[in-house]
Formats: sequence, structure tokens, C-alpha cells
Amino acid sequence: MLHEPAVEIGADYASKKKTRLGIILFTVYASIYGLFVLLGLFYTDLLGLKAVGNVNLAVVYGIGLILLAAIMGFIYSLICSRMEDQMNGGTKV
Amino acid sequence: MIYEVSIWAILIFLVFVAMVIGLSFYFGSRTKSAASYYAAGGTIHWGVNGIAFAGDYLSAASFLGICGMIAYAGYDGFLYSIGYLAGWVVALFLVAEPLKRLGKYTFTDALDSKFNSRGIKLTASLSTLIVSIFYLIPQMVGAGDLVVPLLGLPHWAGVLIVGAIVIYIVATAGMTSTTYVQFIKGGLLITFSVILTIYILRNGFTLNPSDDYRQFASIEAQVEGNEVVSIESEDYELIGQQQTGNQTFVKLSKENYETWFKLEQNDDGSAYLTEALNITNTASGEKLYNGAPKTERRFYQVGHLKSIVHKGEEVESSGPLGPFEFFSTLEESEVVIFNKSIFDDGEDRVTVFYQQPTKGSDILKPGLMLKVGKNAKLWDKVNFFSLMLALFLGTSALPHILIRYYTVPSQRAARKSTIVAIVAIGFFYILTLYMGLGAMVNGVNDLESSNMSGPLLAKSFGIGLFSIISAIAFATVLGTVSGLIVASSGAIAHDFVDKYLKVEMTDKQKVRAGKFAAFGVGIFAIILGIIFKGMNVSFLVGLAFAVAASANLPSILAVIFWKKTTAKGIASSIVVGILSAVTIILLSPSMFERYGLPKADAIIPFDNPAIISMPLAVIALIVVSLLTQKKK
Repeated sequence: MLHEPAVEIGADYASKKKTRLGIILFTVYASIYGLFVLLGLFYTDLLGLKAVGNVNLAVVYGIGLILLAAIMGFIYSLICSRMEDQMNGGTKV
Repeated sequence: MIYEVSIWAILIFLVFVAMVIGLSFYFGSRTKSAASYYAAGGTIHWGVNGIAFAGDYLSAASFLGICGMIAYAGYDGFLYSIGYLAGWVVALFLVAEPLKRLGKYTFTDALDSKFNSRGIKLTASLSTLIVSIFYLIPQMVGAGDLVVPLLGLPHWAGVLIVGAIVIYIVATAGMTSTTYVQFIKGGLLITFSVILTIYILRNGFTLNPSDDYRQFASIEAQVEGNEVVSIESEDYELIGQQQTGNQTFVKLSKENYETWFKLEQNDDGSAYLTEALNITNTASGEKLYNGAPKTERRFYQVGHLKSIVHKGEEVESSGPLGPFEFFSTLEESEVVIFNKSIFDDGEDRVTVFYQQPTKGSDILKPGLMLKVGKNAKLWDKVNFFSLMLALFLGTSALPHILIRYYTVPSQRAARKSTIVAIVAIGFFYILTLYMGLGAMVNGVNDLESSNMSGPLLAKSFGIGLFSIISAIAFATVLGTVSGLIVASSGAIAHDFVDKYLKVEMTDKQKVRAGKFAAFGVGIFAIILGIIFKGMNVSFLVGLAFAVAASANLPSILAVIFWKKTTAKGIASSIVVGILSAVTIILLSPSMFERYGLPKADAIIPFDNPAIISMPLAVIALIVVSLLTQKKK
């Protein structure tokens, strides 16, 4: 199987901070996802209420979770790149 | 179901599939070495790589399974879209970068990086094999379903064709699923899904899906007690009745064809019968569709609106709709979906699909398939929670998903690619809601299989669109199946025979062992694909996610985050995760239905195992790790 790295990776001094950021963002997303699951489990009627325009909360929340994943991923990438620039100097990681 | 076969459809399909396979071979032949494979990854723009990610991930389950599930169960199918996508967040935030820092690039290597343990090699290769096989089943089922309306072949033939092509490819040349091929496939799938969605919105909703859509009969009936004593019809003759639970089904005959109707009661006490569809397995081994052999084509495609309320007024047709208007109009309207009931009529086993008028507002929230809310039983809630847990945590535990994260040179480019993938996959998953709901009301659902709603919807818009979309789906299945067979034969030949058993082999023998393993797995996949016919592929992938999340994720997270993890802890966690997840699945209601037993007799009262199997795997990991700490 072909599983060698494309290039060698230099030392990454930002890794601890990035890991922490990852855990924080994961916790935020998991909580919002968890709330959605709980609403689905116990308050299904609430998900049927109109939320935006005439579209119900279930559709808005569901599509919102998909959009949020992309937005949070973008934020994560942006902050990680900034951390790498600051802590690793010019080293490309 | 038997479909009209179009020569044009077959031609377009064959040309399209040949193009994709040809491209795979072309790029495959140019990237023989590992170095060139990754050098290509290194020079490719992160945007292209991101769409390639999407092409990799969007297997048959996504297009065939989710669209189909939404077409049959409304919002419950969309929950799979939400869960699959949310899984990428776990992969991006928690798993991908730390694993990359470990310097290891496969699930087995990463777990074994700190320990070099035979136990881990054995259990991790076993887990790769089992998860791959669980993932293979839905792909094969999907392949079989695809050829039924397209080529007019039976389901098993489709499974056999895909199996044979893939075994041939893997055993002769090997097909590298290169970045560009995945990019093309991912791009095409999303593009044609957009086109299909535009068709749906432009057409809007209409009470009569097509000119040849079945006009279902409704007949007044006189009832005494629970017994239908006469009917108001000159065409039909009353010949039988069956009670199952609180439902009454009545057998009528017209021109010597036996058809089942469902008894409905009005509020004023008057009664009427609504026409249902049925498949009857007779005592003599014959299978009748609405009272006739399949070839007579008396089994119809279904799914229609009972009423449309557009901008506060009841209309026959809504005209073109905007993307939000689509939901708000459906919310106010009423859809006829078809539910299933199985009972014995004398020596015959009858499966009836009866009309169930359902409010749009109920279709657009959870609860049609998965029982939730106030009236749900405890086990139904456990099942729902368990499913959402497995979907969320399964993606990052699939052995073949994370590999692509390492094919770009810098972490920065890898992250950007992942975000492009999340956007592309997320966008596609939002489209599944339109495609699934569009299929639900446009009279295209095949009640024998929920997997073909997407392509059949495309067929209702034009044969060209249908064959192109089927070809993309078929090529996707081919790519995914060959990737999985390579991965599982690798797990047997490389990880198990070579690394674990340490059998001395020359390079030539190793290649031969790999091919034998691929052949074996391929045959096994064909058999499973035929056995699991008729099951929704997304449901099956959900089970693969549950097995992956239970067997692999606790170990991956422990290696990254918990210093006290030991080799024995990891090995036991994988074993406990696999055993408990697979055992629960085998004893679940859906599997009992497969065995031909009543669902209610299932030993485990829910389908999705993660809620039990994942905690068990975590406990095994912690307890065994603590018991096997090295003395300082």
C-alpha cells in the first residue's frame, strides 16, 4: 500500500496549540450537534415549528449544521495557519 | 419491477463508464510508483484535491442511499446526510493532524507506531477487513439496483458484473484511484445533482406526476363489525380479507387479477377501500406482482401528492418554486407515501404496500422511519441516539478515509483541501434533500428497492440525464469497490499473512497472495451483495460506520490523547468493539427480517449498535491498559 508522506515534515512548534484549538472547536460543534440530537429525541414538535420564513426548524437546523461545519473548518484552518506562521517562523510545515 | 430498456440509455451509460474506467487506467499507468503517486498529490492544487476528497467519500451510499431514504422516509433520511458531514468535523479537528504528526499514515501503522505489537497488527488488520466488508455490502447492493432499470437485468446480475469487473481489474492491472479520476467523478456527481435539483425546482409540485401514473382506485364498502360484507363496484369482486394488527386488508379480483386494498373508515362510520400494491410469494414458489408475474408489468412506480397548498391556496400545480418555497409549500401540502405490511394469506406470504397520506409538516421533521418524540419507546430513542452517534464518530474511524489527508505536502494545503471537501460534500448533501423529496412526490419510487429514487427521478426528466447519472453512480461504485477490495486483500495478505504470521514469501508470492485474497474477498462481496438485496444502502453504510466507530475510534483517540494506553489495551478494545457491534447487528430487528423471521422476535430491540459497542470498547481499552501498565 502507498502510505508514505509526500514530503518530510519539519518541526511544528504550533502543534500543542493547534491540538487545543481542535478540541475546543470540536466541543463547540459536538454540543450544537448534541442539542440537535436531543431536540430530535425529545422535542420533535419543536423541530416542526417555523424558524426562518416558512421553513421549519428541522430543515434550518440540519442545513445549518452542514454550513457550520464548513464555517468552523474555515476558521480552524485560518487560526492554525496564523499560529504556524507565528511560532514556526518561516518554516513551512 | 420491470422497466422499459432504452438502447440510447445503455449506449450513453457504456460510453460514460468506459470513459471513467479508461481514465483510471490511463492515470493509473502513469503513476506506478508510490513516489509519483504522492508527487502528483504534492503538485496538485488544494482545490482539485478537495473535490477529489469528495469524489472519494461520496460513494453509492450517498447518492443512491440517502436520496432513496429521503424519498421513502422524508427528513429521517436527511439525518444521514447531517451525520455523515458532521463526521468530517471530528476528522478535521481531532484526528487528522495529530495522526499526521505521529508520522504514520494508515490506521494500523498509526495504532502500532508506539508499540510494534503483534496483537495490534492482528486486530487492526481484522478490523480493516471487517469494516471494509461492511462497507462493501452496500456498494454491491447499489450496483445490483443500478442495472435493473438501466439494462433490464436482474439484481444479482448487476452484483455479479461489478464483482467480476473489479476482481479482474484488481487481479490483473490494479486500479489506482488517482486524484484526477476522483476529482472528475466528484465534480460530475455534484454538477449533475445540481442539474437534477434545478429540474425539480423548475417543475415544482403537481398532483399528477405523469400521464401514465397509476390512478389508484377507491371503492366504497359496507362493513359489519370488522368484516367487509360488500363493495360498491361493478369491476371488482370481493374474495378475501386479512386482519393484521389494527389494519384490515381486503382481497379483490378484477379480470382474474387479485389485488389487495386497505380498509379505511370515515369519521361518520362509512368505509371505503384504497388500492394497494402487493407482492405475493405463493406456496408453489411463484412470485406475483399485483396478482401477475413480473413480466406483465402490473407493479407500478409510486409516490404522489394528495393536496398542494401554495401561497395559502389549494392548487393542482405549484409552478416553478424557489429553494425555500419548495420546503414551505411541501410543509403545507399532503403527500401519499407507501407503508409496508406483511401477512400470510392461506399458504401465501403477502407483502402489501398501502397508501399512507402524510402531512408535509411530518415529512420535514424526524419521525417517519425512526420513532422519536413523545410516543416513542425507550428502545426507539436508544436506536436514534445510537445512529446519530455512529454517524458522527464513524467517518474518522474508517480506515480508507484519512489516507487522502496525507497526499498533500503541507498541513496547510491538507486543511484547505479538507475544507473544500466539506463544502463540496455539504453542498451535495443539501441537494440530497431536494432530490429525495422530489423523488417522493414525482411518482418514481420502486417499492422493491429504495436505492434507485435518485436515478429514477432523473429518468422522469429525460433518458439522457438518467443514463449519465446512472453511469456516474456505477463508476463510483466500481471505484469504491476496487479500493475496498485492495484494502481488505492488503489486510489479509500484507498485514496478516506477511506481518503477523511472518510467512516467508518472495515479492512474486506476495503479489500472488494479494491477488488470491482479492479474489476471495470479491467472491464474498458478490454473495453478500445478493443476500442483502432490497436493503437501503445508506442504512447498511450506517452499520459500517457503527462498526468502525466502535472498533477503531477509541484506540485512535487513546493513542493520540492518553499516555497510559498499552498495546494490549488497544488490541482488546478493537476486539470488543468489533465483536459487540457485529453481534448486536446480527441480532437486530432488520437482520431478523433478513432471516425471514418477525422483526418483533429480534433478541436486540434496536438496529444501530454504537451506543452499546462504543462504550464497551472504551471500557475494555481503559481497564486492560491500566492492568497491563509496565512497572516503572
